[in-house]
Amino acid sequence: MTTSPLENLHEETAQLLARIESLDSIDALVEAEPFIIGKRSVLSTMQKSLGGLEPDARRDAGAQLQEARRNVEDALSRRRAHLAELARRTQLEKDRLDLGDVVVSSVRWPATTGHASLVASTQRELEDVFVAMGFTVSDGPEVESDWYNFEALNIPPAHPARGMWDTFYVELGEPETVVLRTHTSPTQIHLMESAVATSSLPIHSVMPGRCFRRDTPDARHLATFHQIEGLVVDRGITFADLAGVIETFTQAYFGTDISSRLRPAYFPFTEPSAEFEVTCTICRGEGCRTCSHTGWIELGGCGVLDPAVLSAVGIDGDEWSGFAFGFGIDRCAQMRHQIADMRALIENDVRFLEQFS
Amino acid sequence: MKIPLSWLRDFVELNESVEELRETLDDLGLVVEGIEYVGEGLEDVVVARVDEIRAIEGADRVRLVVVDAGEGPLEIVCGATNFELGNYVPLAPVGAVLPGGFAIGERKMRGVTSHGMLCSSRELGLDDDHQGLMILDDLITPKVGEGLLEALSLTPDVVFDISVEGNRPDAWSVQGVARDLATRFARSLKEPALAVPTSASESATVAAVAIDAPDLCGRFTVSVLQKVHVGPSPAWIAQRLQAAGMRPISNVVDASNYVMLELGQPTHPYDAQHVSQRTLRARRARTGENLETLDGVIRPLAMAGRGLGDTGEDCVIVDGDDRVLGLAGIMGGASSEISASTTEVLLEAAYFDPMSIARSSKRHGLRSEASNRFERGVDPELALRAAARFVELLKESVPELEWLSNPLDVRGVVPTPPTVELRDGDIAKTLGVELSDNDVTSILDGLGFSVRREQSSLVVTPPSARLDVRSGAAGRADVIEEIARLYGYGRLPRRTPTWPEPGGLTARQKLRRRVRDIIVDLGVIEAWTPTLVSDEDFELLHAELERVRITNPLASDESVLRATMLTGLVTAWSRNVERGVGDVVLGEIGTVFTHPLSSAQARVTKGGAGGRVTLELPHEKERVTVIFGRPEDDARVAVAFWTVLAERLGLQDVVVRSVSDEPAGMHPTRTGAIVDRVSGAVIGYVGEVDSALVENVSPSLRGRRVGVLDLDFDVLSDPALAVRKSELADVPSRFPSAVFDLALVTPRTVHALDLAYELGSLSELIESVKLFDVYEGENLPEGTRSLAYSIRLSSMERTLSESEVNAERERLIARAAALGAQLR
Ligand SMILES: [Zn+2]
Repeated sequence: MTTSPLENLHEETAQLLARIESLDSIDALVEAEPFIIGKRSVLSTMQKSLGGLEPDARRDAGAQLQEARRNVEDALSRRRAHLAELARRTQLEKDRLDLGDVVVSSVRWPATTGHASLVASTQRELEDVFVAMGFTVSDGPEVESDWYNFEALNIPPAHPARGMWDTFYVELGEPETVVLRTHTSPTQIHLMESAVATSSLPIHSVMPGRCFRRDTPDARHLATFHQIEGLVVDRGITFADLAGVIETFTQAYFGTDISSRLRPAYFPFTEPSAEFEVTCTICRGEGCRTCSHTGWIELGGCGVLDPAVLSAVGIDGDEWSGFAFGFGIDRCAQMRHQIADMRALIENDVRFLEQFS
Repeated sequence: MKIPLSWLRDFVELNESVEELRETLDDLGLVVEGIEYVGEGLEDVVVARVDEIRAIEGADRVRLVVVDAGEGPLEIVCGATNFELGNYVPLAPVGAVLPGGFAIGERKMRGVTSHGMLCSSRELGLDDDHQGLMILDDLITPKVGEGLLEALSLTPDVVFDISVEGNRPDAWSVQGVARDLATRFARSLKEPALAVPTSASESATVAAVAIDAPDLCGRFTVSVLQKVHVGPSPAWIAQRLQAAGMRPISNVVDASNYVMLELGQPTHPYDAQHVSQRTLRARRARTGENLETLDGVIRPLAMAGRGLGDTGEDCVIVDGDDRVLGLAGIMGGASSEISASTTEVLLEAAYFDPMSIARSSKRHGLRSEASNRFERGVDPELALRAAARFVELLKESVPELEWLSNPLDVRGVVPTPPTVELRDGDIAKTLGVELSDNDVTSILDGLGFSVRREQSSLVVTPPSARLDVRSGAAGRADVIEEIARLYGYGRLPRRTPTWPEPGGLTARQKLRRRVRDIIVDLGVIEAWTPTLVSDEDFELLHAELERVRITNPLASDESVLRATMLTGLVTAWSRNVERGVGDVVLGEIGTVFTHPLSSAQARVTKGGAGGRVTLELPHEKERVTVIFGRPEDDARVAVAFWTVLAERLGLQDVVVRSVSDEPAGMHPTRTGAIVDRVSGAVIGYVGEVDSALVENVSPSLRGRRVGVLDLDFDVLSDPALAVRKSELADVPSRFPSAVFDLALVTPRTVHALDLAYELGSLSELIESVKLFDVYEGENLPEGTRSLAYSIRLSSMERTLSESEVNAERERLIARAAALGAQLR
């Protein structure tokens, strides 16, 4: 034989391309595909016929065929995308609905029971307790600079104390300058800065919000969680006021048979600092497994504002003093509802969400 | 930190019960995280000699061992194989109760009766070794039948596991904890036995020490020890180390660890023969230098780290040939390690700058007991006392040990203790109660602070160990905290403060609550979807946007801050559909983020060291997103929901207008913008979820219509943008209203609600204009539909006459015509 098996490649390819362009629906395309590119296609037949050629000629012919095949495949996938878009457009046009014309009175609204998120309702309840005690409520951003999250809170760069917070860093600015806030405390700094700027001290505010720590979630911890933080800056504020506020809050939120106690602790932004514990709500102080038989459960941290924090925001520590406290909103919810696994809070299983009013 | 009670008792007399001690430690801020009882349950265990080992027929895992424990041969079935005839092993006889309450009884196995149990050291609660029986031959001079506790000179002990706060470097030692207890109980703190140099030779004639980096190494002492013989430690030292969680290694290393646990000073022993010219220098590492640490890893030094402010500074110890021997204060090198052949030791006891240790240790990922202490701050004045204690301990096993006189001691920069002035009234100003000079002085004395009474203040100087005490106002707070801590937080007064300023919520917070209440009343189940999402999820809707990325995500699918809650809600909904409980309306009120490069409203703030850098942070937007996933739900349902919500929120003049620039994720032909007609602001979007998104999230839900409402809460809560109705009440007319309908054939370009508003504002007499039907049919001109409105007219003064009503009707028709709508 003297004729090349690829003699007609050019025309065949052109025919295939034309055929592709003529396909007018996805269904037609799917139906035609095996004949254009599959085992039953002319290209596959040509491929089989290469076997008889000399190695060099076979390589050349193989390359030509490969290119033709690529062109056809490209054309096919372009056509497929085009037809899909066309189909989508057609469907969209068919679906078109002018929402300005909806006659609300004629819309069927099945009776459905809604449920606020447990975290949101717990947060509200906590806010209400503090509002009744004379606090305002302040919100703050979730992405912060290292200044607000750390340094203004007396945690300088590379200070070992930064290790107390497993920090998520954000890829912005110099490395480790932008963080997902690890606590609501940066909102304290914003509040104090703005109070100084507007000469509007004193401050009595609580700051609820979402925080983040790079800590693998388990039954007791989530990497995303909610805290509420309190800040008082006023004249003549002492540790006694802090202990009093914690106690009043404890009784108002948990009940009058629950009390609080403070234990020395370390936080860079307060001095003196304390952990605060409340009577175990499970055993009411008798001692049980949850409280390791101590009758107490650790709830949060607190303390008198460190003079370094006051000076970082430009507050005169001789005239003003204050305290701060903070604890987990999710943790309060967990305690009250005895949630065995905190991960239920983020799984959004309707059967869980429906349990809370 | 694990501390045996017996060790504490070396320093302070303690007769309190374990429970009382736990409470006291907790109350001092030395939180007890666990209590272990060592040697408990070993009272009945005795030393036994192995006299015979026999196979048991049919058993290949256990053998019959005949032992003598002083009362003749005893047959014991035993599974261990690590012993031979003549070895001495611990025997728990029948009737013994081992640690953990395991009672030993006679047991019959393979037809043989076992009269007790031969024990491993783990079974005895002595350490974790479970390789086989505990072989006593090397540990003691065994006597058959002797009680094990006596034989090991072991006293049952209680070990407290104490968590020490970061600002209490001084408490990270047995003596430090004992000091707190002694002060609280007003007892004296005993000093440990210290050696004095024994050799007339001067240290300086043998060895040399220097500091080239005085800012990194504040003090460097070297003791020269000769006639060293490396061997095991005395049993009591080994046992204390074990109880404290450290493995005994050799008398030299053990003495170093013991001193660190006891006094808080890490020391480092070098084999003098492997320290060229017996010279030790502390200097900065140079780029290109490496060190093979004891863990066998070769570490490049002086490489700038990624951490903020980390320039890559490492402090190293080098010898007379300038060869790097170790990473100062963190880990030694392999070359000068103590070995069995060591006969001369150079003992380093030093003070290193805490911050530089913290940075190096973090950068190299190397933490050691030493670095943990140095990075918090070791007492700079402790070095030679620690060396003296080390020598005293080593002499127990090496009586001939020589300590050359005048140990080498050079200084760099060491923090000087501040002088803190406690003005009269300062304590009351912080704690809310004045404490007597007597109380204050006895507490501070106990803690080693020096106190001097001046005219109207106490002048307080902390001991050198209290590197945490600052100067000025901060120092006052530090000292007052110590006073309060030792006095007892529980004894301080409580007072609930009041202030004249009112508390309460901001308008925005009130609105957020109101929105939540209303949507929940309307049937929304509030979800909490992830703030951190995957690249794939982000790209579903926002492939073209810059993304705010997390540098160190916990998992790759939690690496980007969400730009929408829609994807999260659709995902949550589809999972509930899979569970068979997806017949719901789901919503979320939350924050979404826009990269500063994609946002005109980037937040500018300060950051970096000292807050000196200006940073652009993502724009954080609060949104309210609701999806309607019940089987019949669609865009109409979403519009109806919005209409009720808008009405409840008292919005004055909002309309839904079809748009062609719908946001990503919204259906291109079934989405409307919610526009405030007064301000022109877009409050949000309502309609359906783009079918492509539904299909992408869950292919099995292809074709399912899902309604959506997505509100910009920042706009909604701005009364200038989302204008609310007047608060003033409108009393309806007491005269009857006239009601009639108008069906208007209207071009599609004219919005139904816009037309209603236009008609409604035509005259005072028009009470309301309500759309009640939309008709689309063949007999209407192309591009039009018929809108049917119910019109209500009334007057405050009179009943309207028929002619007045007709006139008004004609005016309405004329007005409609002017807007392109023809009466049908
Ligand atoms: Zn309990």
